[in-house]
Amino acid sequence: MRLSLLADLNAERAARRLAVLVTDIATGDQRLIKVAEVGSDPLAPLFAEALAAGESSLVAVGGRPRLFFNIVMPPPRLLVTGAVHISQALVPMARLLGYDVVIIDPRAAFATADRFPNAELVAEWPDTALARLGLDRRTAVMALTHDPKIDDPCLMAALASGVFYVGALGSRRTHAKRVERLKAAGFGDGDIARVHAPIGLDLGAQSPAEIALAILAEVTATLRRAGRRPERRPGADVAEPAS
Amino acid sequence: MMQPTDDILAIAERWRGEGREVALATVVETWGSAPRPVGSHLVVDGAGAFLGSVSGGCVEGEVVTEALDVIASGTPRLLEFGVTDETAWRAGLSCGGRIKVYVERVQ
Repeated sequence: MRLSLLADLNAERAARRLAVLVTDIATGDQRLIKVAEVGSDPLAPLFAEALAAGESSLVAVGGRPRLFFNIVMPPPRLLVTGAVHISQALVPMARLLGYDVVIIDPRAAFATADRFPNAELVAEWPDTALARLGLDRRTAVMALTHDPKIDDPCLMAALASGVFYVGALGSRRTHAKRVERLKAAGFGDGDIARVHAPIGLDLGAQSPAEIALAILAEVTATLRRAGRRPERRPGADVAEPAS
Repeated sequence: MMQPTDDILAIAERWRGEGREVALATVVETWGSAPRPVGSHLVVDGAGAFLGSVSGGCVEGEVVTEALDVIASGTPRLLEFGVTDETAWRAGLSCGGRIKVYVERVQ
């Protein structure tokens, strides 16, 4: 592979755009098909199935395995509202799982480099931040502040988009009040049912790290189970922010 | 911070940019209970240092050896690994699966 091609590929990943790297394994010839060119590419019928499944595959040409279609997806991403103790535990765990993580909190005393030495921090209101960062189908959004005036704009922005996961911290009682506010803001039952609340798998988690584990387990299950649905079309979905 | 599961392509670019010789190994096909999915990468430098994985650790040693040959020759190579054969010298997959690994030089 030419270094320039690898750099192009990584640039597409960094910009959170899907791409297909085609390699002729007999000759070593390679080219990169960017998402905007996917539909019109002459090879599109050959990789349509792989693209629909979001899975790379080796395709036979003339009866012999010949072309490797590497479907290169952007890394899944977590947009976390709330620079809180749980988020501090969540950042290294999420990175280990391969997620890009952004911590969003308009409270300057919370969103500090001392508390999040290695994290991407955004000291903005979540609706502003989420609109700028872009909400696609490889993104999960969670509201962890316990403060409705910060959590609610985060959830409303997430529900208006096509993110694969939305979660909110808080007890069932807290969530019941949240549901009323979301209804008052015009969200329907179907939208509101997308919010995982109380957030995370029920592990009986107590410490911030255990809660982070429960959240990441739920996010992972949602990401991977969605990947097994045959009707999913990530090629179309990842291309553009869903909002 | 490094992302061990997903950033092998970025590491390959960085290593090459630092002037290291680099080969990239990619799982291109699997059958049966293969431990790593198609598209998994392993990056190798000219000194045999590597990151990532193409199996659960069963065949990485041999992939690294082959990758050093690919770095030397510049010719890509398609490797196939199956069940461990104790009478053969080749590494194998004890899980019973089979995998094909494409190894190429980054130039």
